[in-house]
Amino acid sequence: MQDQPTASELVEAVADFIRNHAMPQLQGHAAFHARVAANALDIVKRELEVAPTANPDERRRLTDLLGHDGPLEELNSELCARIEAGEIGLDTPGLADHLWKTTLTKLAIDQPNYSGYRRALEESR
Amino acid sequence: MACPSISTRSWTERLSARGIEMGAEANPIAAPLAHVVRNRIAGATGVAGLKRLSGGASQETWSFDAITSGDPVQLILRRAPGGERAPSATAVPLETEARLIGLAGGVGVPVPTVRHILAPEDGLGHGFIMNRIAGETIARKILRDDEYANARPKLARQCGEILARLHNIDKASLPPLRTSPARAEIEQYLGVYKAHGHPHPVFDLALRWLKENAPPESTDHTLVHGDFRNGNLMIGPDGVRAVLDWELAHIGDPMEDLGWICVNSWRFGNIDQPVGGFGAREDMFEGYEAAGGAKVDPARVKFWEVLGTLKWGIMCTIMVTAFKSGADRSVERATIGRRSSETEIDLLRLLAPRAKEA
Repeated sequence: MQDQPTASELVEAVADFIRNHAMPQLQGHAAFHARVAANALDIVKRELEVAPTANPDERRRLTDLLGHDGPLEELNSELCARIEAGEIGLDTPGLADHLWKTTLTKLAIDQPNYSGYRRALEESR
Repeated sequence: MACPSISTRSWTERLSARGIEMGAEANPIAAPLAHVVRNRIAGATGVAGLKRLSGGASQETWSFDAITSGDPVQLILRRAPGGERAPSATAVPLETEARLIGLAGGVGVPVPTVRHILAPEDGLGHGFIMNRIAGETIARKILRDDEYANARPKLARQCGEILARLHNIDKASLPPLRTSPARAEIEQYLGVYKAHGHPHPVFDLALRWLKENAPPESTDHTLVHGDFRNGNLMIGPDGVRAVLDWELAHIGDPMEDLGWICVNSWRFGNIDQPVGGFGAREDMFEGYEAAGGAKVDPARVKFWEVLGTLKWGIMCTIMVTAFKSGADRSVERATIGRRSSETEIDLLRLLAPRAKEA
């Protein structure tokens, strides 16, 4: 167990520093890249908060779909190979649900303001 | 199969060229350009206001005025980087681009008039000089600014009309172009994706769907622009003023151009306006057929929208390769990799839509 503040809180503080203190003193390309940097830290913060529960959930779903457990990346690679080979498809129970859940998690971390993500959330209500 | 690495580089360069305005810099082309302009532009005595507009490695674009005894002539120079032609599996040579622009202008496609194709004795390498047209190419401005409010409702139909004319250009008149049928495009992007190595199950699902739904080999092929989308169209308050960026032109399924402009990434948030964020598919299809285009096949347009979405997603993931290799350590390049998930959700909405609960 690590001490306080949490990694997420530290990242948030740095993003806040870039946005509200550094950026106003920058111009042109430097200001643009500072904004990109702050956005990148927002991704890190969301991943720190979401991934610890979402990744084990994803691994459980993959274990069910593939019939065995393994490291997350290996399970994903196997799923890719089996989709490519036509062994698993949208008619396989659980695949569409798995891909939707996994992709919604990615968007919640990467780009929560993306139009396609916001629309998908509306459509699932 | 086309070499994935070459195609990847071409796209990487095109991405890095987007929207980057270069500042003033020492300018080795000023003297040879002034010489060319005096010889090739009627009445021109020199060059003023020379500045580079894009920082991409695949093309240089320079804006300048030719000084005359009357009004200055507003011009653009498009040139290969350093004047050298970079070999590429997907991008056409600049001389070909210039010829295509000329052919398109001849059939009523709005394009800038090409004033001069560079010759070896011009000392500027490969490229051409064309008229500079006033207008906006930044998609978000086109979709939001009041100045374009009257143009927006007309754009989808205009795009259809323009594409019909472009696709009807006599194939016998075209310069040599690569032919890229649907199956070749699928194989090409499959290769790029697999070379990258990171698993994206949604991409494999899309690739499988594309293979099962590819248009038959017998599909009629025409000239295809290859990058006809919001961002490559010069727009004025009156509508489309010019179709730009012809370097991905090829021979293929004409429905490719109609599908690519509908990819959600090019709607810039206006998700309910499928055509470039400004219009309806039906308006584009009507314009297309009214202007002499073939009967639109919406299923094939959807096929190309799916392939276009996947293509963009794969291009985002390979940005990570440039970042990890050390070729480009910028935060901007790194974060583009985290945008491939945008195309994954678009692909799922296209291929596995969830039933809306009452």
